[in-house]
Amino acid sequence: MRKEKIDPTMVDLAQTGTQPEYHFPPYLSSIARSPRMPLIRLPETLTEKTGPVFGQGLMQDRDNDLTAQHEGDPIGERIYVHGRVLDEDGRPVRGALVEVWQANAAGRYRHKVDTYNAPLDPNFSGGGRTLTDEDGYYCFKTVKPGPYPWGNHYNAWRPAHIHFSLFGAGILSRLVTQMYFPGDPLQPLDPIFNSIPDANARQRLVSQLDMDRSEPNYMLAYAWDIVLRGRSDTPFEERHP
Amino acid sequence: MSLESSRIPAGSQTVGPYFRIGLEYLLDRTPSIPPDTSGMIQLRGRVLDRDGAPVPDAMLEFWSATTAPSGPDKHLESRSFPIGFRRAPTDADGVYSVVIERPSMKPHENENAHASHMLVMVFARGLLRHLISRVYFEDDPANQGDPVLMMVPEERRTTLIAQSDPSAVGAYRWDITLQGPGETVFFAW
Repeated sequence: MRKEKIDPTMVDLAQTGTQPEYHFPPYLSSIARSPRMPLIRLPETLTEKTGPVFGQGLMQDRDNDLTAQHEGDPIGERIYVHGRVLDEDGRPVRGALVEVWQANAAGRYRHKVDTYNAPLDPNFSGGGRTLTDEDGYYCFKTVKPGPYPWGNHYNAWRPAHIHFSLFGAGILSRLVTQMYFPGDPLQPLDPIFNSIPDANARQRLVSQLDMDRSEPNYMLAYAWDIVLRGRSDTPFEERHP
Repeated sequence: MSLESSRIPAGSQTVGPYFRIGLEYLLDRTPSIPPDTSGMIQLRGRVLDRDGAPVPDAMLEFWSATTAPSGPDKHLESRSFPIGFRRAPTDADGVYSVVIERPSMKPHENENAHASHMLVMVFARGLLRHLISRVYFEDDPANQGDPVLMMVPEERRTTLIAQSDPSAVGAYRWDITLQGPGETVFFAW
């Protein structure tokens, strides 16, 4: 048997400024929930080189149309949100599971913990999912979420955002993030958005108005490409089984 | 690849307190190991913060690469978990539970003497990036030589080892402490 030679170097991947630190005091909830001991660099064994594969069996009709999950139309600004999931070399990530959840147009989540005094919409649940196609492309139809207050500090408001959860080719490409909207004046005030130190990296979480994909007299569109960790020509691409 | 065409991975943001809206459709709710199944384990435990307080709004994901059966994966045609993968939330007491295929190392894939383990991802309000850990099982003698476990300072290894739960066959207990005394080992990747 051959023993792997492993370098137990402590690393800090947030050094580059493109990812948030775990401990970010302006975001109060991070203080008691972020580890203080050094992280240990994880080698890429079979576990890390593989990941779950999700199939069409997970998907049901209207899973990627959040405006069509109830009897009537939800209130709000109807929008398309679409883009491509790419690897670090810009290659499409095919079959990536993309899951989304969001507040309604009034800024209210359909969740028991959300007590914001804004109306729920009986025609909007706010959850959806899809798999990317051969070009790494995904698309959702939804309504634009509203900003909402939260308890982090006095008069704190979250900028409008849609939560995204993504599974790429391997488990290390896993990403949970949030997509923002262009021109939102709440972004500079938001500790969560600003937990990413690098300004360019923050802007990459902001979608772009896409008039080409909008439909006249019907809806606007926002385009947002998502780069996941990993490269197609590395073992990250290995699938399981 | 030229530098120009190289892309920078998107920044992570917290899963927040409302993830059930999008993820409720695929959360493990299996209460215990079904009596007519073999090769399954149940892993239960709590997620705790710096003060030992339960974290009631965490989401955990477990991945084991070593459980692939031969033949097609029927899970791909139904709304169920891929083999070796589970996702579970914590409840009001910070308790999670998953029933999952027992991780096993195939000898031909295991020239480096890895012990049985799962990769664990922790998501929660307050975690701007998910945390990555590994869970091992106390009754696996291969723990002694596992190359990843051996990277961990000896006094902290116990934080990665699930204990057998005498209340049921195939049941294990494993708590996750995000910070403070007994802080679980987390990995950078």
